[in-house]
Amino acid sequence: MKRLIIRKKSRKNFITYGVVVAAFIVLASVVSAGAMPSALQGLLVPMCAYIIAAISLNLTVGVLGELSLGHAGFMSVGAFCGATAAMALNGAGVPDWARMAAAVAVGALLAAVAGVVVGVPVLRLRGDYLAIVTLAFGEIIKTVVTNLYVGKDPAGLRVGFLNPDIGLGKGGMMIVNGPNGISGITKISTLTAGFVIILLCLIIIFNLVDSRSGRAIMALRDNRIAAESVGINATQYKLMAFVISAAMAGAAGALYALSQNTVTANKFDFNTSILILVFVVLGGLGNMLGSIVAATVLYILPETWLRQFSDYRMLIYAVVLILMMLITNNAKIRIWMGKLLPHKKEKEGEAHV
Amino acid sequence: MSDFQFEKGKMVPVPSHSIIPERDLGHVPVLECSHLGVDFGGLRAVDDFNFTIGKTEIAGLIGPNGAGKTTVFNLLTKVYTPTRGTILLNGMDTHGKTTVQINKMGIARTFQNIRLFSNLSVEDNVKIGLHNQKKYSTLEGILRLPSYWKTEKEAHQRAMELLSIFNMEYMANWRAGNLPYGAQRRLEIVRALATNPCLLLLDEPAAGMNPAETAELMENIVKIRDTFQIAVLLIEHDMKLVMGICEGICVLNFGQVIAKGTAEDIRRNPTVIEAYLGKRGAESC
Repeated sequence: MKRLIIRKKSRKNFITYGVVVAAFIVLASVVSAGAMPSALQGLLVPMCAYIIAAISLNLTVGVLGELSLGHAGFMSVGAFCGATAAMALNGAGVPDWARMAAAVAVGALLAAVAGVVVGVPVLRLRGDYLAIVTLAFGEIIKTVVTNLYVGKDPAGLRVGFLNPDIGLGKGGMMIVNGPNGISGITKISTLTAGFVIILLCLIIIFNLVDSRSGRAIMALRDNRIAAESVGINATQYKLMAFVISAAMAGAAGALYALSQNTVTANKFDFNTSILILVFVVLGGLGNMLGSIVAATVLYILPETWLRQFSDYRMLIYAVVLILMMLITNNAKIRIWMGKLLPHKKEKEGEAHV
Repeated sequence: MSDFQFEKGKMVPVPSHSIIPERDLGHVPVLECSHLGVDFGGLRAVDDFNFTIGKTEIAGLIGPNGAGKTTVFNLLTKVYTPTRGTILLNGMDTHGKTTVQINKMGIARTFQNIRLFSNLSVEDNVKIGLHNQKKYSTLEGILRLPSYWKTEKEAHQRAMELLSIFNMEYMANWRAGNLPYGAQRRLEIVRALATNPCLLLLDEPAAGMNPAETAELMENIVKIRDTFQIAVLLIEHDMKLVMGICEGICVLNFGQVIAKGTAEDIRRNPTVIEAYLGKRGAESC
């Protein structure tokens, strides 16, 4: 059942903020008390990165209504640019937190540039072209980064393509080493940083959705022809949503890269894009809290208690995804669920709004 | 028919000392189409369409199914690009303009198959219509600067005023897709009016309405014209509505104008009777 009356969105937004803040306080206190196993502790920052990627993709899929199958590509851009920036600043006397912030900013900025490059030609088209082009974009980025060599010497950054010999001078250091990716990253991203970025992204998305531009974006999702007939520039607003989404994915990528020792291009492949899409679909299109919960559960479970099944991860996700679609679209099952969980009855509709 | 104006969010009659010239503007053309035509492959969907509508005129576009009426609307709003002919809006050529630019120039429309933003609330639908009226930048919206709060408040007030035309204020928080059919049609008109047009195109506004609702709609269309001082061009199959409120009627058949004139002229026109109304239909009006 879709609800007849749409409640003020602000209440739901505050619940989302509240859940995120509460979760952070609990996690931070458990970590500082030393009660968290170190294996799990290492998963917290990547989890934040996946949450950011999921809510950013939800902006494209749920709010803008366009399918992006290459979101990991934007993460990749953010990860490699961000990590390069962080390593280039290494030893320049910049404090860790500032290096982190710079890396995230550089990652977000360059992912936004990539978003413009992909979006400008494609968002003018109608239909599923964005999905096809983003899918190709993800693969192109992977191939480009696999063949990219970046080094640093006292003269500055040196970049090479296909050829590992980039003529590093004395005291030079390889940063991006082709197929081996970036290794020897100092892990400078923290849970606090991840939490702050999640909160920032949520504020940006919620404030955007509840504003003139956000309404224009949702109008385009619901009915493009009607939106243009009331004077909304389709390309401009689609591009705006897509670029913001790409920038957030870039920030997520930078955050992720700085929580790992080694990052390779293969990490951000098609499977990762689909994984993020699964988070979004399972959490509910347009439902940010849903994306956060889905990303948390689906990232932590396979990495910890369900480790032995992790080889079958994509298989299980596919089955879960199909089951979800069948269940949420089956009237009989929904009535049955409504009887089983009377208090859920009204909430059913929220995922659709 | 007396004029109306907004006062404290309600529509009230304009005081009698008002000097708004009620019909004087009627003959100044707001829209002039000459030799307008479009081909889809080998099909001439509309051919040699010549039409003029005055600044505060209500005109009707009628014709059998498939005559090209909606195609004319799509040409006027540049959903389709005309193959031939020119469209002048307030004396300005609309050649090469996009749908968005046409709306900014002052043409707003509704759709035959309702196109609301069905997942959004009624109020948001109207606010989307106000997109180019109540402006602030995206950054101001995200950062919630004072201009955001000020403009949002204005937009809310304006949306409520516009909804009050059809007494729909109490539906402001309803999901647009869940409205009754008649209310969805009315909301489309409100959304179109929100864009501050000088010409309103209504595509079968009374479709699916019962006789009482249609009668109310007729009153409201006249009220809208008088309040906003705009021209209204409507496509309609309900002859009571068309004959009742349209000052000029244009009859299309197979993409060509077969008759133009007042309701009386059209009713008596033998070509129209033959092509469209049928003798009995004409008498019953």
